[in-house]
Amino acid sequence: MPLAAELRHVSFGYGNGPLVLRDVDLAIRPAEFVAIAGPNGGGKTTLVRLILGLEEPTKGEASLFGERATRFTQRSRIGYLAQRAQLGVDAPVTVREVVSAGRVAATRLIGRATRSDRAIVAEAVERVGLSALVDRPIQRLSGGQQQRAFIAKALAAQPSLLVLDEPTTGVDVEAQEAFAALLDELHRHLDVTVLYASHEFGAVERFVERLVLVRGTIVFDGKPSDLPQLWHDPSHVHA
Amino acid sequence: MLELEFMRLALATGAVIGVLAPATGFFLVQRRLSLIGDGIGHVAFAGVALAYLADLPVIATALAVAVVGALAIEWLRASGTAAADQALAIVFYVGIAAGVVGVSLAGALDVQLFSFLFGSILTTTRTDFVTVALLGTAGLVIIALLYRALVAVTLDEEGARVAGVPVAALNVTTAVLAALTVAISMRIVGILLIAALMVLPVIAASRIAWSMRSTILIAMAIGLGSVLSGLTSAYYGDLPPGGTIVLVAAATVLVAALAGRVIRA
Repeated sequence: MPLAAELRHVSFGYGNGPLVLRDVDLAIRPAEFVAIAGPNGGGKTTLVRLILGLEEPTKGEASLFGERATRFTQRSRIGYLAQRAQLGVDAPVTVREVVSAGRVAATRLIGRATRSDRAIVAEAVERVGLSALVDRPIQRLSGGQQQRAFIAKALAAQPSLLVLDEPTTGVDVEAQEAFAALLDELHRHLDVTVLYASHEFGAVERFVERLVLVRGTIVFDGKPSDLPQLWHDPSHVHA
Repeated sequence: MLELEFMRLALATGAVIGVLAPATGFFLVQRRLSLIGDGIGHVAFAGVALAYLADLPVIATALAVAVVGALAIEWLRASGTAAADQALAIVFYVGIAAGVVGVSLAGALDVQLFSFLFGSILTTTRTDFVTVALLGTAGLVIIALLYRALVAVTLDEEGARVAGVPVAALNVTTAVLAALTVAISMRIVGILLIAALMVLPVIAASRIAWSMRSTILIAMAIGLGSVLSGLTSAYYGDLPPGGTIVLVAAATVLVAALAGRVIRA
């Protein structure tokens, strides 16, 4: 079985600017739950964008499920929750509409959603515990509930790889803990590969099997329990 | 009023425009691209000038030039060649300048030109109505068929791109729909005011709606009501139809904002 994602000797800089990442090697196996952590500006989001094929490496190769990432053809296998995911629209948008939007790529683009699509959307909403709020505008939900709705949107594509970039920014600590527990449950039940990028990895630390620390390059890759004590200090990570 | 053929044609043509303009504008407003309709309107003006110069059919020529302008805006925006507002500014100024020069060269700085800029209820012909009905229906069918995909891009463009939704093709489709709306609306509402009919009903609807689907449907109803009541007022008050329609639509924004506060209180 091919790796879910792989970076081989990848370096990257935006335009003619300095390199943001240097000589990164990373292999994500199917069904792993991996946290990518590091200070702000350390290159986490860039690393995620390279994995997703949104950026072409300056040097090296990035691949998804054995294919070159920028030319990956099975994109509906990816569920993606972008950094500070939020709606930029003025109109009220129900939870059902948000989650249904995540189903579009996995099914036909033209015409109405099928009965099967509607059932998959309902299941995704139920998995994140929002069935009672499915027809409520997401703008009226709490930050934690909104994050759950966005996760359901990512799940509606029934992905093999779930990528979350700073998913809990602006969400209180209690909601972050609940969110991490939800991810752990989804990972175990759906057998999906989870890539969780955040400068605050405390909430997911007890659930992840592997922690990758990024600061211009990969400075640690292993079990969270093997991490030097210094990095468990949040003030260090934020520095 | 309805015994007059020009009013029947104006109302029937206006009904198509009243429904199509907010349906197209919905996706622009939600993506913070409200001014694109204005930019395309200015380009359509250059199309009108070209039609005068080359003695071509006005709506078809304006449509062709507006589509080129819409694609130019989308290309400039998507390629990052110019920031979105700069892209619009370039198209705005080139469009209006080319229009003024072209119309002047054609010696057509007359009342008919004024009607294209601000709308008229006297100039709609049977041929215009058939053209608008066919193109308007085509636009509405495209929106209905691509609704789910357009919503996915509107809610999260990057997420949709990651998931493999053909974002570039859908953005081009949206730009072409905007050009189509502008071109078929200029007889009644006018090139300089059509963008308002794409935007104001959507703003009003979002204040009282409860979902995206209800927002677009309410916006279409407000657009239709604004055009029909605006044309009727223009007829009885001897007012310019474009300005009257837009003022009615603006009044609905005010009423909807107040109603929205009451609903949420």
